[in-house]
Amino acid sequence: MTDLDLRTSSTPATSPTGTTPLRAKPLRPLEKGLHALRYLMLAIISVVVLLPFAWMVLSSLKRNNEVFTAPITWFPQEWQWHNYLDIWTQADMSTWLMNTIILSVAVTTLQVVTGSFAAYGFSRIRFPGRDILFLVYIGTIAVPWQAYMIPQFKMLSSVGLSDTRLSIILLQAFGAFGVFLMKQFYDTIPEELSESARIDGVSEFGIYWRIMLPLSVPSIAALAIITFTNTWNDYMGPLIYLRSPDLWTIQLGLKTFIGQYNADYSAIMTGSVLSVLPIAIVFVVGQKYFVQGIATSGLKG
Amino acid sequence: MTAPSASAGTQLQADRPGPTPRRRRSAIRRRQTISGWTFILPNFLGFGLLTLGPVLALFYIAFTKWTAFGSPQFTGLENFQRLMGDSTFWTALLNTLYYAGVHIPVTLVLSLGLAMLLNQKLRGRAFFRSAAFFPYFTSIVAVAQVWNMLFAPEFGPVNQFLRFIGLDNPPDWVASSTWAMPAVIVVSIWRETGYYMLLFLAGLQAIPPELHEAAKMDGANWFQRLWNVTIPSLRPTTFFVTVMLTIGSFKVLDLILVMTNGGPGTSTLVLSQYIYRMGFERNDFGYASAVSLVLFGLCMVVTITQFVYNRRKER
Repeated sequence: MTDLDLRTSSTPATSPTGTTPLRAKPLRPLEKGLHALRYLMLAIISVVVLLPFAWMVLSSLKRNNEVFTAPITWFPQEWQWHNYLDIWTQADMSTWLMNTIILSVAVTTLQVVTGSFAAYGFSRIRFPGRDILFLVYIGTIAVPWQAYMIPQFKMLSSVGLSDTRLSIILLQAFGAFGVFLMKQFYDTIPEELSESARIDGVSEFGIYWRIMLPLSVPSIAALAIITFTNTWNDYMGPLIYLRSPDLWTIQLGLKTFIGQYNADYSAIMTGSVLSVLPIAIVFVVGQKYFVQGIATSGLKG
Repeated sequence: MTAPSASAGTQLQADRPGPTPRRRRSAIRRRQTISGWTFILPNFLGFGLLTLGPVLALFYIAFTKWTAFGSPQFTGLENFQRLMGDSTFWTALLNTLYYAGVHIPVTLVLSLGLAMLLNQKLRGRAFFRSAAFFPYFTSIVAVAQVWNMLFAPEFGPVNQFLRFIGLDNPPDWVASSTWAMPAVIVVSIWRETGYYMLLFLAGLQAIPPELHEAAKMDGANWFQRLWNVTIPSLRPTTFFVTVMLTIGSFKVLDLILVMTNGGPGTSTLVLSQYIYRMGFERNDFGYASAVSLVLFGLCMVVTITQFVYNRRKER
């Protein structure tokens, strides 16, 4: 891999620096057209993707009987801003939110730490039985959770862990998913890097900590965002394990707005908007690391 | 587990100068086994106990009759004989294949395309990335409510739009047994494309930019670089995405549960919902586990095929 030697750590590799004669050419009309086309495509995609959210936000500001009307109206007749205040007093929103935050943070931390650690073992260390063990990991991803949640539930109940926050944390923190994801990303990092460090006498943990981790910031950010989101939005797990209302998460809470015969649709929409906000913040913060990623952390070998 | 033999240990401790190459190899192997397991162990403790254990139990339960309160009774292949004649099971299997057959390729192509689009230098890139991932954040309960309103046959915005562009008889979507599945697939593509885009994006970022630079210097055009640099370098990510997407599609449940509940009739009933119905609504755990094994087998066949293909390509 002689290509790697070309890298100078000071040049941000993704930006056109204009140092090579090839880059100095001005944009041709065709390229300009392509550029515009790209924006047009992205704009259309964004509208299609975001339209349902516009609907959600607008519905959250309507009166309940106004949400389902024929013909459908997009804007509320009177903007019901107080929906966003009422939900805190009419429902246990703050408890749900707190519980969901505790679970999501704990699960995400454990999953990222143990997952990236195990992935290093699978990706960089050769030992007998490794590939079979990895296949076992992937194999369990293929088993739908609905299939084994019965034995799992009986096991956790028998040690007194049902109806505790710990049950959800244990349930989700050690999934094979994080290991699989991190291993695949470690595999994209050239083997030469860890190999030469090993020859220099760096310990395996040193290679993991000082070489692989800094290089895998984008994938760690991806794993953290995905785990956080999955835990945040999980419905089935809390439904089965958490029966005490003071342990409920926001998804269970939202469902309480839908009764047998009637549903408080504007409350659902208000709650949904509120429940999306924390993840939106996590994502906006996390996505910065995709931009930096390998380009700035650099392969200074 | 491959515990190193005791003799290898004593040989290691014997501090003799210039060990033979063979002895050194076994010492390295032993050290690697230990350090490999050290890295894997923290995760494996939780994984083995909470996932692997229950999964293995499943293989036993599938061959038993186990109802609400009793303990499992071994019945051999009875559950599987019952499967053969169960027409609802076959409907659920076909619906699952229908869903997966459309959802997998469309989502794969869209998410890779979107990731490549958003990996370039663009103004507002952060906004577009966040927008694409947005559907995945949202509570599925809310998503289903919103889309069911959008898909409403008479006054729903989707059909109003279709009439506007000249389609006089737009489909009834979730109210029609022919169009309910396409409606579910549309929502699932809408929901998941941004998620897989994120995975592809992280993979694209891991490709050393020098590879592209070098290819450019050699005069490779955009398509040649896509084919000879991007796609081969992205193979581990693509493998991961394809496997996750396949398995995710085969075991789809939440969305269908909240959007159509399998209906109208059984037109959107999928395997994992059938498992859920059998297990948690009828407390027929043994039979539900047998259906789970079929689903598991299906996922395994596809995963192993992809694994082997990926291996061969890597060489």
